[in-house]
This record gives sequence, C-alpha cells and structure tokens, in this order.
Amino acid sequence: MLTQLTHKITTMTRRRALAATAGLVLGLAASSPFAPAQAADDTIKVGILHSLSGTMAISETTLKDTILFLIDEQNKKGGVLGKKLEAVVVDPASNWPLFAEKARELITKDKVAVVFGCWTSVSRKSVLPVFKELNNILFYPVQYEGEESERNVFYTGAAPNQQAIPAVDYLMKEEKVKRWVLAGTDYVYPRTTNKILEAYLKSKGVAQDDIMINYTPFGHSDWQTIVADIKKFGSAGKKTAVVSTINGDANVPFYKELGNQGIKATDIPVVAFSVGEEELAGIDTKPLLGHLAAWNYFESIKTPANEKFIKEWQAYTKNPKRVTNDPMEAHYIGFNMWVKAVEKVKSTDPDKVIDALPGTEAPNLTGGTSKMLPNHHITKPVFIGEIKGNGQFDVVWKTPGLVAGDAWSKELEGSKDLIGDWVGKKCGNYNTKTNKCGGQGS
Amino acid sequence: MPALAGPFEDSVAKFANDEFSDTEAAIGEVAASGNALASPIISALQDGRLSADPDSKKVFITQADGKIVDAATGAAVDKLPDNAAAVRLNNRLRRTVEAALGGLTLLSPDPAKRLAAAQSVFKSHEENLLPTVEGALAKESVKSIKQAFAEARAAIILFKSDASDSDKLDAVAVVKARGDQEALALLTGLGDQPPVVAKAAAAAVTSIQSNLAMWSMVQNAWYGLSLGSVLLLAAIGLAITFGVMGVINMAHGEMVMLGAYTTFVVQEVIRTRYPALFDYSLLIAVPLAFLVAGFIGVLIERTIIRFLYGRPLETLLATWGLSLVLQQAVRTAFGPTNREVGNPSWMSGAFELGQITITYNRLWILCFTLAVFAILLAMLRYTALGLEMRAVTQNRRMAASMGIATSRVDALTFGLGSGIAGIAGVALSQIDNVSPNLGQSYIIDSFMVVVFGGVGNLWGTLVGAFTLGIANKFLEPVAGAVLGKIAILVLIILFIQKRPRGLFALKGWAVEA
Repeated sequence: MLTQLTHKITTMTRRRALAATAGLVLGLAASSPFAPAQAADDTIKVGILHSLSGTMAISETTLKDTILFLIDEQNKKGGVLGKKLEAVVVDPASNWPLFAEKARELITKDKVAVVFGCWTSVSRKSVLPVFKELNNILFYPVQYEGEESERNVFYTGAAPNQQAIPAVDYLMKEEKVKRWVLAGTDYVYPRTTNKILEAYLKSKGVAQDDIMINYTPFGHSDWQTIVADIKKFGSAGKKTAVVSTINGDANVPFYKELGNQGIKATDIPVVAFSVGEEELAGIDTKPLLGHLAAWNYFESIKTPANEKFIKEWQAYTKNPKRVTNDPMEAHYIGFNMWVKAVEKVKSTDPDKVIDALPGTEAPNLTGGTSKMLPNHHITKPVFIGEIKGNGQFDVVWKTPGLVAGDAWSKELEGSKDLIGDWVGKKCGNYNTKTNKCGGQGS
Repeated sequence: MPALAGPFEDSVAKFANDEFSDTEAAIGEVAASGNALASPIISALQDGRLSADPDSKKVFITQADGKIVDAATGAAVDKLPDNAAAVRLNNRLRRTVEAALGGLTLLSPDPAKRLAAAQSVFKSHEENLLPTVEGALAKESVKSIKQAFAEARAAIILFKSDASDSDKLDAVAVVKARGDQEALALLTGLGDQPPVVAKAAAAAVTSIQSNLAMWSMVQNAWYGLSLGSVLLLAAIGLAITFGVMGVINMAHGEMVMLGAYTTFVVQEVIRTRYPALFDYSLLIAVPLAFLVAGFIGVLIERTIIRFLYGRPLETLLATWGLSLVLQQAVRTAFGPTNREVGNPSWMSGAFELGQITITYNRLWILCFTLAVFAILLAMLRYTALGLEMRAVTQNRRMAASMGIATSRVDALTFGLGSGIAGIAGVALSQIDNVSPNLGQSYIIDSFMVVVFGGVGNLWGTLVGAFTLGIANKFLEPVAGAVLGKIAILVLIILFIQKRPRGLFALKGWAVEA
C-alpha cells in the first residue's frame, strides 16, 4: 500500500506545494534589500517587474539590472523634471498570477509612475487587466507574437514582421531555401509565429510537403529524435533550413545535439528568434559557426552609441565579460522614450504620458532613431547575424531602413484588416474594412 | 613563387573589399589560378586566419605556427597592420570555400584531407573537377578513400549533362550502394534526366528509403537506450533515498544540479590553472561531485529529514522548500544564467554504425550509467555498510537490537543517494544546461521511473528506466514530443492501477512495515 499512497501524495500535494512555494517566495521578496523605501515626495518611482527567481530568472534578471543601470545614468544627469528616479524592484518569481499581484502592489502601494517588465506573453496577459483597471503604463521589451495593441502597454520588442518575416526572406533570397522546418516550444509565441510563417511561406509558393512543423515541451532536453528527423527531412534534395522558436533553456541541448550529429550550418542552417548573446554564453559555440539569429540589435554592431553603452554597462555591473542583448536595447529605447514623453508634458500622469508617447523618438544603439507608433509598437532595424566562435554574432544582412512594427499580422485571416491606432481612432483593433473598432468580427 | 603583380594579386586583393560578392569571386579566381598559395589562402579563409587591411588592400595569412605572410606574394610579414580584420564569411561562402578546398586537396598527401575532399566533392559535384577526381581515383591505394572517390565521381557524372546513359546508370548503382541520407539527397535532387536514368534513380530512391526505414527502427532503439540511461542515471540516487529509505525527496534534482555545478567549478580551475588536464576534467569531477552532494545530503538528513521520518506530507513540503532554497543559493552564488561546461574531446562528435549516427557523449553516458549501477549494486551486496543499509530498511528495530547504529546508517544511506545524484549531475552537464533550474526538469521523471519500476528495488529502476526510454522514443516519431510524453504518463497511471507496486514489487512482510 505504501507505494500507492506515496504516489497519490506526490501528485495530490503538488498544488499545495506550489502554493507554499509562492508564499515562501513572497516572504523572501518582502525581506529583500530591494523592498521599497518609505515614500519620498521628491522622487519619481519606476517599477521593475521582472522575475528574479524561478525558471525565467535566467533571462529576466539581466533586464532588472538594465533598468537599474538606466535609472542610475539618468539620475547622474539630474533625473527627470528635477526629481531623482527611484527604482522599486519586485520579484514575481516566474509565477504568472503573482505577476498580476505584484503589478497591483507596484501601482497601488508604491504608486509608481511607470512599470518596465514581463518576458513571457502569458505574464503580460496576466498583468494586462491590472494596468487597464488602475491606468498605468507598462513597457514590454521582448519580441512576441503580436496580435495585440493595448492603450496601457508599449511594445518595444519586435513584432513578427520585425523579426520572423525578414529572417525567412533572408533565407529564401540568400540561402535559396526551399524546404522549411518550423520548430518551436509548445506555447503561444511559437504557435502564433509559426502560424504566421506558414501562411507567409504558402503565399510565397512553398508547398505543404515542404513545411515540417514540430513542437516540443518546455525544457526539452532529449533532441536525438528531432535532430535525426530534421536530418531526414533535409535529405530530400532541396535546400532546407530550420526556423527555431525554441525557447530559453531548451536551446543549449538542441544546439549540442546538432553539433554532435554533425549538422553544419552550411548543410542545414538554423535561424533562431530566441537565441541571443546571453543564451550563447552557456555553450561552446565553435560547432555552431554559421547558424543564424534574427534580432533588432547585436552586441557586435560597431556604433559609438553601442560601444559607449557596453562600456558603461560593464562598468556598472563590474563585470568586463557581461554581454548585452536585444531585449536590453528595447528597454534602453523604451526608457528614453518615456523620459522624453514625461519631459514634454512636464508630468508623470499616465494619461498625459500615454498620449504624448506616440511620435516620440529615441536613438537606438545601432545608429538609427526609433519612433513610437500610434499602435504602441516602435520602428526598428532588422539584422541577421551568424554565430561566431566567440559567442557573438557577425551581422551578414540588415534591412535597408527601419521597419514599422505591425500590431496585427497581415498574413493571418483573423487580423489582416486590423490596425492599432491610439492617436486618431483611439482603438487597438480598428477594422479598416468596416471602419469600426472592435476586431475582425465587427 | 615569384611575386609578380598580376591577375592573381588582383584576385587576392578582392578579399579586402569586405563584400560577400567580392569574396566569392576571389575564392573562385584564386582556386582556379593554380598558384601554390591558393590552397593555404583558402584553408586560412575557412579557419578565420585570413585577414585583410581595407586601406592598403593587402591580405595576410596567419599560419598555424603564428607566423604571418602576405597572401599575394608569400613573403613573411612582421605583424598585422592595426586595422586588419579577419575576412568574413557567410554560409553561402562557407559552402563555396568547402567546395573549392575539396578540389584543391583531392591530391593531398594527408589521407584524412583526401577523404574530406572526396566527401565535399560528392556534395558539390563540381563538373570541372571530374578529371582531377578520376586521376585521384586511379592513384588511390586506401580502400575507403577509393570508395569515396568513386562516389564523388558518380555524383559528378549524374549531374553532367553530356554523360552517356550507361555511365549514368553505373553512377546510380554506386550512389545506391552508398545508401545513406546524403545519397538519398543527391538522387532526389537530380533534376531532368533521360527516362531510363530517372527510372533507375527512382528505383534506387525507393530501395534506399526502405533500407533507411529499417535502420530508423534500430536508431529509435538506440535513442531509447540512450534516453533510458539518462533517466536511470537521474533516478538511481532517488531509488536509494525514496525507494530504499522511503523519503519523498523533492530536493533530489538539486543534488543533481550541485553535481553539475561541481563539474563547472572543476573545469574553471582546470581552464585557468592546468589547461592540459581538460580531457580529464570529468574524471576529476566525479569523485568531487559525489563528495559535495553526499556531504550536503548527510547535512540535510541530520538537520531536517531525521525529524520527519514517517511523516510523508511534511517531508515532501520541507524538501520542496529546501529545493527552492538550494536553487536560489546557487543562483546567488553563480548567477542566474547558464554556465558553460565543455565536452572533453573524447565526448564530442559521433560515429556512423551502419546507417545510424551514434554520438560519443550519449554512448559514454550509457556506459557510465551501467558502471554506476553495477558499483552501487555490488556495494549494497558485498560491503558491511550495504549489509547494514539493507538490514535497517528491512527491519529497523531488529537491526538496532543487533547493534547497528540505525541513525548513522540513515544518514549515510541518504548521503549515498545524494552523492550518486551528484555523479549524475556530472554526466548530465554534458548534455543539458548547467543552470539553477537543471534539477527541476529531472525530478518528475525520476519519481516516475522509481514508482514504475517498483519502489525499493534497484533492478526495477533499471528496467523501468529503459522501458520508459524506449517506449518514449518509439512514440515520439509517431505522436510528437508533447503527445508522446502525455501518452507515457497515461500509460504509467493505468499501469499503476493494475500493479500498484510497480514492475518489480518487493514481496513479504517487510513491505508492510
């Protein structure tokens, strides 16, 4: 009986255990040195909502440090509106409902003027109602699946047309790819992106037989079968490429298996949308030479602004090896846009700042100027980089100018007529066919 | 080679333009020049040792011994100009380089280079290389390389528009005999062919495909064994702490993680102090990981778990909390990002067995797992500590009356289980991320293996792990990774309904105690 009982216990109490965990983490966060100090009227509070523990800490901790760094730099220049900025850091612990709780705490208790935060789409969706209800501002710095435009959210990461589509175009034109593997982790971002890509590829005349779609669970570590399948799919006599929306940690074993099974970038190139400098820091990249990534920023891009940023960032973190990446640049742009908008309206009142943000311009780190659009997305350049032996990327292609982010994909049946326009139409899902607000069905 | 300003120099200078199209032209011209420097230039380009000064348009080769020569003249140069940068490549150019180098090294005295050259010609099937390949084929004495040359020749002939039908049919037969995926890729990508050749090629494709389908069964079985060995390795420590002692140890995965971090620290020390020892880093890490994880295991048993024996719910919550504390401690000490653990040279790469690829790291992990299992089994069976452990788990009070210090044995048993989890971490660091979350991904699988195999039975864990591994790998190609995993879980739940004590249930009164 013992085994049956213990087995039941293991499954039954997982939920309780999770609840206990949440409590434990909450306790930890409250006693952390980042806990908000007593309100001081001469500062403007900036909320930082990134996971510092749990599975997403691997990616999000850096973004917390980035905003702390940007606030530090801004304060050295005298702050904003004559006041110092004060960071309020909370830890939502990779726990989606806790994101909403922590967002509420930041807005109601700490009275922050703006929040920089979230990584996964599910965390963004979970805080959305809070930001709408309490009317505050969220800057979201990560590339995502699109199909959203909200009044309270500003999306500084790439929409699919600023990352996925240009990457596929590159492979079609430069590498003459005819056969496509769309491999992703099984959740909303890869599923939506792959839906968009599939529609796009078909519109370019790619046959159904030449597209293979594969999903794996989070944290998948045994890639033998899938890599062998890719190899097999690639031996049909047509140039084959893998478009990878594999998330976070699962990439390292995937690339290791590719290297070990001897799939070189010259045979089957892999273009990834979630692999940046930070992810490569954990692997020996020599076997990966030539595999690709599409981003709006690479650390290796040589511009004076980027070199200055990297130098100051490494000095701030006291780590001369600390890398920079694309979501960090998104926060850099977003933060500066917010500062400009606040200074323009001379107030941190969310309504005024939200109205002032569209049209605001801020320099990006790759030598251009990004602009906030009425759909709350920004204009960005798109770069394709090849992995080098030292864990950095070599830019092999870039779009001629900046690409404007589409909130709604033109490739999907359900969203091709929609636009987000918070300036003229005051609406996030305006239907250009029926001239009504309210989505495709209206 | 005398230095004459001429077309060769002009071609080499194109490398300095930093334009992919110019680099491509330069590769073609240099490879066709017949100049003695052509091969060194192109192999330097492939290895990233070719640099160019964009101002003076001079191009330099950094030789393997660190000396620098002017690529156009072969004259020695003291040092690179300050603004010289490595000539950049993209994938298209890398393919061009491989093909060009293949043509240039077909007659190399080094057999490994000749083989690589033959294989790259097989892929590029460059028509104008046919005479060189035929010359090399006639001269070749090593059997395997001769075969590779014959295949390369066949590939060229198949793509040569003016080759006769009978030559092409012979070529199809050669490629068919090769029978692997690259042969398949070549035959399916043939394009327009005379009807008789097209028919033969189609027949060859069908035959290769059915042959490969058979091999893919073997391949699935191998993948299953390999996944099974990883599951076994992760679960074997738990088979002691949970299976033998009955402690629901949710911090088991963190012991695995600590082992992986020990490997990282060992490799860091080796990298900075004794780089020559790198290939032995894992051998050094294994005993250290055992000691680190084992010591922490004993500490946990003494400070927490011994107060909770017989209270499974409290144990579960306490060890779960502990696992979070350990994760966050490691996150604070080492940072939240992945740490790089390198593969020693003997664990990198793969070899071909028939038509399947076997990677060395998986093969070694399988051997290592079986060795750990055998040692553990021998230890439980033949050592005094093993005897005491079995005595205490079978009948604690009787063992105590016989003079066994039961609480000491408890601590050592828990330490042993944790230590073995630490060893597992050393092996898993070779195939997975070394991050604070490493342990979490193995805890559920480990419990699954132990419960399925039969709690308290090491052989059950072995059979359970390999059964789950193989079942998973045969389901994955059919159902996909996500559904495959769900199907396995459902099967286990059904199985446990039928046989609540797992595959190999312990029998007798000891179980009821």
